[in-house]
Amino acid sequence: MSKIIVVTSGKGGVGKTTSSASLATGLAQRGYKTAVIDFDVGLRNLDLIMGCERRVVYDFVNVINGDATLKQALIKDKRVPDLSILPASQTRDKQALTQEGVQQVLEGVKELGYDYVVCDSPAGIEQGALMAMYFADEAVVVTNPEVSSVRDSDRILGILQSKSRRAEEGQDPVREHLLITRYDANRVNTGDMLALDDILEILAIPLLGVIPESETVLTASNAGAPIILEEKAAAGLAYADAVARFLGEERPYRFLGNNKKGFFRKLFG
Amino acid sequence: MRRLFEYFRSSRSKRSAQLAKERLQIVIAHERATRGGPDYLPRMRQDILEVIRKYVDVGDQDVKVNLENEGDYEVLELNITLPDRPS
Repeated sequence: MSKIIVVTSGKGGVGKTTSSASLATGLAQRGYKTAVIDFDVGLRNLDLIMGCERRVVYDFVNVINGDATLKQALIKDKRVPDLSILPASQTRDKQALTQEGVQQVLEGVKELGYDYVVCDSPAGIEQGALMAMYFADEAVVVTNPEVSSVRDSDRILGILQSKSRRAEEGQDPVREHLLITRYDANRVNTGDMLALDDILEILAIPLLGVIPESETVLTASNAGAPIILEEKAAAGLAYADAVARFLGEERPYRFLGNNKKGFFRKLFG
Repeated sequence: MRRLFEYFRSSRSKRSAQLAKERLQIVIAHERATRGGPDYLPRMRQDILEVIRKYVDVGDQDVKVNLENEGDYEVLELNITLPDRPS
């Protein structure tokens, strides 16, 4: 049974693509055949973060329109076996991702025997973002410890609960996971930044991981290597922990500075 | 002296994250209450308020519009608090 995971946030710039790249790479490292799909039509970037931008020949919209087969368009990662990337189209037509087209591509990916399909959502709540969410079985909501990001995440959770296929067809709801990124334990300790427990109290969904603010994330993206491949970087290790938790393993939380477990972390951690 | 300075600095900035949390809790509670309802609900509430104001003086908070799902149908509940009758 393959699973569709959407990586979403509402707000832009919080780390959706960075997280999609690392979560997909982590799942493939664990031996699960994984495809990661860029839904940001017109603003393709997953290829750069994954370091395969020079190997893009066909894209998502080419497959929908029948100009290429899925097999032709999927780019095999050179570092990790079992990992493929489907780049977004650079067309300016925002309506290019039709529901039928997206469904057909997702079913095609499943038929190729993939265990996980990671959908990297664009920011906002327009067509591309709605399509990335619609077919999801699981949702990773990426949130920064910052007011606008937390508010947008709450709004996205509302959309997942009402506008996804699972909601419309009355199936079990989309499983929600909170991934907090750019967490700065020092600023939390001085009271300048929303703490993990504050965010958990407000959003009230299970926690998947906390990625510390880290300079390595920028250098990894400069090089086109998902940060999870940096086995010495705190952010890379935090993503590896998140992947383990996603697969049902228990992992203690690292990189939180003061490791006192608050009430809400006991509840959702 | 320095410690005193740091005490005030940290108590001021403690309020920064605390303030963020409080503001978020209020705005999100409000948005959740109107979530899922039709888009016209806030405008309809405003129109109803204006009609009532033609006859009695009511404040913005005196008209409450609530939409609830009950099985197969939705119930629109209007709760209008009229001011005390002038004697």
